[in-house]
Amino acid sequence: MNEILGHFNYLIVVLLMMMGLYVVIASPNLIKKLIGLSLFQASVFILFITFGKVSGGGPPILSQQLTAYSNPLPHVLILTAIVVGVATTAVGLALIVRVYEAYGTTDEDEIDAMDNADDKPVV
Amino acid sequence: MRDLFAVIMLFGIFSFIAALLFLDMDAVDVAFTEAAVGAGVTTVLMLSALRLTQRYENVSHRHAGMALVVVTLTGAALIYGTLDFPSLGDPNAPVHEHVAPEYLQQTPEKIGVPNVVTAVLASFRGYDTLGETVVIFSAGIVVMLLLGLGRAEDFEQQEDILILWVVVKPMVALILVFALYVQFHGDFGAGGGFQAGVIFASGFILYSLVYGENHTRKVLPARWLPRLAALGVLLYAGTGMFSFFKGQVFLDYNALADSPVSGQHLGILLVEAGVGLTVFSTVLLIFYAFSGRRAVVHE
Repeated sequence: MNEILGHFNYLIVVLLMMMGLYVVIASPNLIKKLIGLSLFQASVFILFITFGKVSGGGPPILSQQLTAYSNPLPHVLILTAIVVGVATTAVGLALIVRVYEAYGTTDEDEIDAMDNADDKPVV
Repeated sequence: MRDLFAVIMLFGIFSFIAALLFLDMDAVDVAFTEAAVGAGVTTVLMLSALRLTQRYENVSHRHAGMALVVVTLTGAALIYGTLDFPSLGDPNAPVHEHVAPEYLQQTPEKIGVPNVVTAVLASFRGYDTLGETVVIFSAGIVVMLLLGLGRAEDFEQQEDILILWVVVKPMVALILVFALYVQFHGDFGAGGGFQAGVIFASGFILYSLVYGENHTRKVLPARWLPRLAALGVLLYAGTGMFSFFKGQVFLDYNALADSPVSGQHLGILLVEAGVGLTVFSTVLLIFYAFSGRRAVVHE
């Protein structure tokens, strides 16, 4: 039973990752794809923080009351990754805005159709 | 769900719940960041991108079967992989055997600040953080090049947001003060340059949303922001170069003051200030870039 509960977090992480991946592949809408990608990213964040947790430990801020601390290294990696994540998401959104201005749609299938229409061989 | 507005709001709620989850797993600094970034700034940015594109999604004609198969296979493989992982909270897990004990042991004597996360971020792994600051800076510049900085629209005064006006004004002041506290108290409690930068920027964003962007642009013109962001990176790298020219290793703060520990204190303070400045100006720059752009109407 403890074995299952101890792995519950990993199960949630994998489920979130699957949802994110599914949205990225299956949704033709570019903004939705980006949200899927962010969901995927969030699942990785949760995975790293899960690794860092030590039972009986406290937050890694040194104090007299605590004897054990959770691992600070994943915290450092993830807190910077979150801020880098918002910056890169913004780049993605900016690209989507430019794509919309050029094509008039954020639907990948429609954009593909327009591109392919231009590529028709001249007979 | 076809309405992307609802999707974005749900994603904001998800981020906030993720922040609570991080808090529960002792990652106070991460929870702080996620609450400020995920629930605040990301939602605003996505909504401003939605304003420039389409709110409603087209009905999809795709066959999702193949995607479902790929995702299920990937998920099954990953779950199989996690079976060998240590249980949650296992103190003997391999992650805790490597460098983390050193960091926890050496922080009190070598760095002398209680928050180990800040010590690792700014001192032990200062190179990584410098790299990440540069990435954030570059992302801000890319967004500026893609969208331009635009100019503020004339804001129409609306009567029905009186409550927002009354509530937001004192809140903005509190948010800005709190951001400064997070910035300078980051060595001792949870917080640091990344969180403070985002919180400071969200104060400005909140004010622009309610009172109109032309006011904030008057206080802090958009053309200053790329320079401020560059100044932050320069402050970080300059601190590193200073110890370099003092005959020490790049980003070794021991050379900054008479005793190594006070050198570390000064170094962390300067580096965190650089990070805070870059993150603040980049986030605000990105917000200006999105909100200053006119929506293109396609027929």
